[in-house]
Amino acid sequence: MALDTDTVRRIARLARIHVDDADLAPLADELNNILGWIEQLEEVDTDGVEPMTSAVEMVQRLRADAVNDGDLQEAVLSNAPEPNDGFYTVPKVVE
Amino acid sequence: MSDATDTSQDAVPGHLAGHITSRVGHNSGDLIEGETGPWEVIIGLEVHAQVVSESKLFSGASTEFGGEPNSHVSLVDAAMPGMLPVLNIEAVRQAVRTGLGLEAAINLRSVFDRKNYFYPDLPQGYQISQFSDPIVGEGRVTVDLEDRESFEVGIVRIHLEQDAGKSVHDRLPDRTYIDLNRSGVALMEIVSKPDIRSGAEAAAYLAKLRSILRYLGTCDGNMQEGSMRADVNVSVRRPGDKLGTRCEIKNVNSIRFVRQAVDYEARRQIEILEEGGAIDQETRLFDADRGETRSMRSKEEAHDYRYFPDPDLLPVELDQAFVDEIKASLPELPDAKAARFAAEFGLGEYDAGLLVAERETAEFYEAVVDADGAGRDPKTAANWITGDFFRRLNADDLEIADSPVSAEQLGGLIDLIADGTISGKIAKDVFDEMFDNGKDAGDIVEQKGLKQISDSGEIAAIVDQIIADNPDQADEYRSGNTKVAGWFTGQVMKATQGKANPQMVNQLLQEKLGG
Amino acid sequence: MAALTDLTIAEAGAGLASGEFTARELTDAYLSAMEGARDLNAYIAETPEQARSMADASDARRAKGAAAGPLDGIPLAIKDLFCTEGVLSSAGSHILEGFAPPYESTVTQQLWDAGAVMLGKVNMDEFAMGSANVTSHYGPTLNPWKAASGDAAGRDLVPGGSSGGSASAVAARIAAGATGTDTGGSIRQPGAFCGIVGMKPTYGRCSRWGIIAFASSLDQAGPLTHTVQDAALMLGAMAGFDPKDSTSVDLPVPDYTAAMTGDIRGLRVGVPAEYRMDGTPAEIETLWQTGIDRLRDAGAEIVDISLPHTKYALPAYYIVAPAEASSNLARYDGVRYGLRVEGENLIDTYERTRAEGFGDEVQRRVMIGTYVLSAGYYDAYYLKAQRVRTRIADDFRAAWDSCDVILTPTTPSAAFAIGEKMDDPIAMYLNDIFTVPASMAGLPAISVPAGLSGDGLPLGLHLIAPAFGEETLFRAAGVLEDADGFDARP
Ligand SMILES: [Mg+2]
Ligand SMILES: [Zn+2]
Repeated sequence: MALDTDTVRRIARLARIHVDDADLAPLADELNNILGWIEQLEEVDTDGVEPMTSAVEMVQRLRADAVNDGDLQEAVLSNAPEPNDGFYTVPKVVE
Repeated sequence: MSDATDTSQDAVPGHLAGHITSRVGHNSGDLIEGETGPWEVIIGLEVHAQVVSESKLFSGASTEFGGEPNSHVSLVDAAMPGMLPVLNIEAVRQAVRTGLGLEAAINLRSVFDRKNYFYPDLPQGYQISQFSDPIVGEGRVTVDLEDRESFEVGIVRIHLEQDAGKSVHDRLPDRTYIDLNRSGVALMEIVSKPDIRSGAEAAAYLAKLRSILRYLGTCDGNMQEGSMRADVNVSVRRPGDKLGTRCEIKNVNSIRFVRQAVDYEARRQIEILEEGGAIDQETRLFDADRGETRSMRSKEEAHDYRYFPDPDLLPVELDQAFVDEIKASLPELPDAKAARFAAEFGLGEYDAGLLVAERETAEFYEAVVDADGAGRDPKTAANWITGDFFRRLNADDLEIADSPVSAEQLGGLIDLIADGTISGKIAKDVFDEMFDNGKDAGDIVEQKGLKQISDSGEIAAIVDQIIADNPDQADEYRSGNTKVAGWFTGQVMKATQGKANPQMVNQLLQEKLGG
Repeated sequence: MAALTDLTIAEAGAGLASGEFTARELTDAYLSAMEGARDLNAYIAETPEQARSMADASDARRAKGAAAGPLDGIPLAIKDLFCTEGVLSSAGSHILEGFAPPYESTVTQQLWDAGAVMLGKVNMDEFAMGSANVTSHYGPTLNPWKAASGDAAGRDLVPGGSSGGSASAVAARIAAGATGTDTGGSIRQPGAFCGIVGMKPTYGRCSRWGIIAFASSLDQAGPLTHTVQDAALMLGAMAGFDPKDSTSVDLPVPDYTAAMTGDIRGLRVGVPAEYRMDGTPAEIETLWQTGIDRLRDAGAEIVDISLPHTKYALPAYYIVAPAEASSNLARYDGVRYGLRVEGENLIDTYERTRAEGFGDEVQRRVMIGTYVLSAGYYDAYYLKAQRVRTRIADDFRAAWDSCDVILTPTTPSAAFAIGEKMDDPIAMYLNDIFTVPASMAGLPAISVPAGLSGDGLPLGLHLIAPAFGEETLFRAAGVLEDADGFDARP
């Protein structure tokens, strides 16, 4: 399943990474090289094998429902590129 | 998910996408007559219900509504680097409780997945949700409508997921402001089968679902604050045909709007099809001001959410004892309560439905009927509550909890009617006065001298007087126009300021006019 | 007397305890050594003021007889992947340039609670994606070792990666020990390349809270040190249950140094046939055989074992890790912290920010990860890889029936020159061929320096134990270390 440049463009868009048109073809080659190597996995018989869900055998721990966090407005905004009035701000979202 | 960019038509895995309707037939009244023949409307709802919990789904920040922007936000909710989710047991409990309330299968093993997409109010760049293994499987809701048989809506699934933050677009022309206070609040997404056939049914389903969740205490149902929002899937078809292309109307936030949105959308689709057009599968918004749905401008690309199990969270494994314990603590739900009211109190289905819609109403009703073992007439009590009591609550825009008339006080009023102290008509005035100033019925009747005149001699004297004063009308009656009796009754009541016992008045009038 | 910076953590701890020198003196020795070794580019943020005040606090505790334990007063380097309160925590990336978190990672907090002193933040491959420390936004870190002969002679060598700054700093004695993180070999491979000990504990043993995530199901923190004993000391402070990490395991932390009895008589050491791969240099095979012989001589029983899916671990890793990374790195969007490159609109802002903020290797992996999760490919790639992962874990589970610990080489080669393998990602990935299987199965593993290559560069041997078998691992590694008597220096 080799990637063409259109697929690379779509993937870059999904990943929100700008790729110049001129770079699409070389990037496709690079990715195809890696994916081609990965395809050796097809040799492995995985019929009836459960996909791994966790590297440790344990069950989900659940936390008690208590308010013991938050109230950190200053901290959560302290690294923001453009905070304003207690909000994060971004270029206008058009809906 | 519920944000504006979520244009997925299959937030639910394909095999569960709800294309199977379990509903057979329809009420013919629901068919829409087009230019070219009848159309059937097929509706399924995805309801996002905010889970009642103190803290968020994966963090210890408060779920409290409102507050300074970004104040109910932990480092986890702001998706700071290296932060990790830890699941809130109460959210799990609430989802299980909801599932049990909807007679649904509880999945003892469920999995949290990441739904990946970029949006500024989605700080992680993914929403933690449940995709292929939700916590609750298939269930059902029975929906009642006033003038027809109740019908059942199948529930496909309920899953837990995080809410997004809030984007504020109107503070500056070129900036969007982001508040993450809602970010990470637990939501239940309740997905129905496409078993709904009209706007009225959709509204009734949502109202019923809201009622059940409020009984269970798993969602406060506050639609103004966004605690419940519905994504409404609408398609139309010729009766018996295969399903048509559907449109999803996102985030409809009132029961009335759901009805309006469905009605508008169905007509829009029918018009297009009858003109030979085709329906675009798309996401639409409901514009409440214009009462219409419109296409979302931002659907510039297809989404690909790249769901995969969240590696920060292990599968959730519940034991049956945990579920059983919740099951044992479930309250009596509206359907069971309505059935009991019908059996125990002899109420009709519709009245029973009205009384049980809100848990507080049902409790109020039961208190009126049987406060201190009073054993009042259940039908009278029902009539008072669904009649004057609801009328005043609505007119004064009050919740039942804020009612100035307590169940005991209303019971006292009913007792005064039952023992003949006041007439039913006078009672209405007394009730309004009780509602205005919170006084007991007995005191008002006493102070205003509203006691019913049940002394036959006193009434007979008045009747005699009125017949004597109105010989023409009396003759008319005697010559066969018995309708004039009503006029005489009115005159007697007028003379007694409505206090005369109406049965006695009628009886005496008949005797004396006929005699 | 030897320079203070020549001491192991255990030796320095003894010197502090006996009052031979103070934590302040020890710290100052490291701070001045750091100044003299800046051309290694190991540190990307030095924190001398913080170091001195932490050292002074340590001395004050000790004066009151309240020293916190064996790490009190020990100066450490911290991989830049750990969030450290108020101090640059950038994951070696432009996209987090200048990021100073308002919080401290659990692992580093535990080290500070144990009295350790922070010298600064050390370099790494960007977001821990690399095996040569060449993908950092702050430029490559150099290996303090130089090849005496061969192709690489006279050239600057890579320290390995992604914990390259950690390994280089310890090897160059500009930190007594360092934290690292290991996703597919990122502690063990640079440990081997720099001639020091690198230890990755069982997945779930150390909290991941506050460590910038690369691949959540694989990432584990661990120590890089001169000796196995030092690694045991550091891990003792780093490990432990953390309710803030759902994958953290609630088990008591044993005294790992107590496990180092020096006695491995009867220990069954597995030697997996599948690690004998075509193209592995003869000197690696020889090193391995030497390790086998030494353990046998110490009384261990050598057992031939089979791990049939070994060769598939690496390609499966290159699906799972990028997939998780593509999602973990979605939060770097320029909205709440880090770099923002303003574009024509919001989407353009995202795309410009991430194109400028992420380096080539990170972009490559995010793209691969996005692709293997995308509609239509998820089953063929991601699910397939997770099934292969189950088979790998099953291989190990079966092996534990016949052995207690597994011995393999750490890497298929010694350190190489900076610039090599740069244009061939797969050649670079193959560095981790021996370390990735244990990562995929979540198992603890350690690399111990075991000898020099023909070119005079260090090589490591690799021990793998069952989940939470850290004590066995330290015991066997200690014996291997003693038998090797590795004392070469860069
Ligand atoms: Mg949905
Ligand atoms: Zn949803």
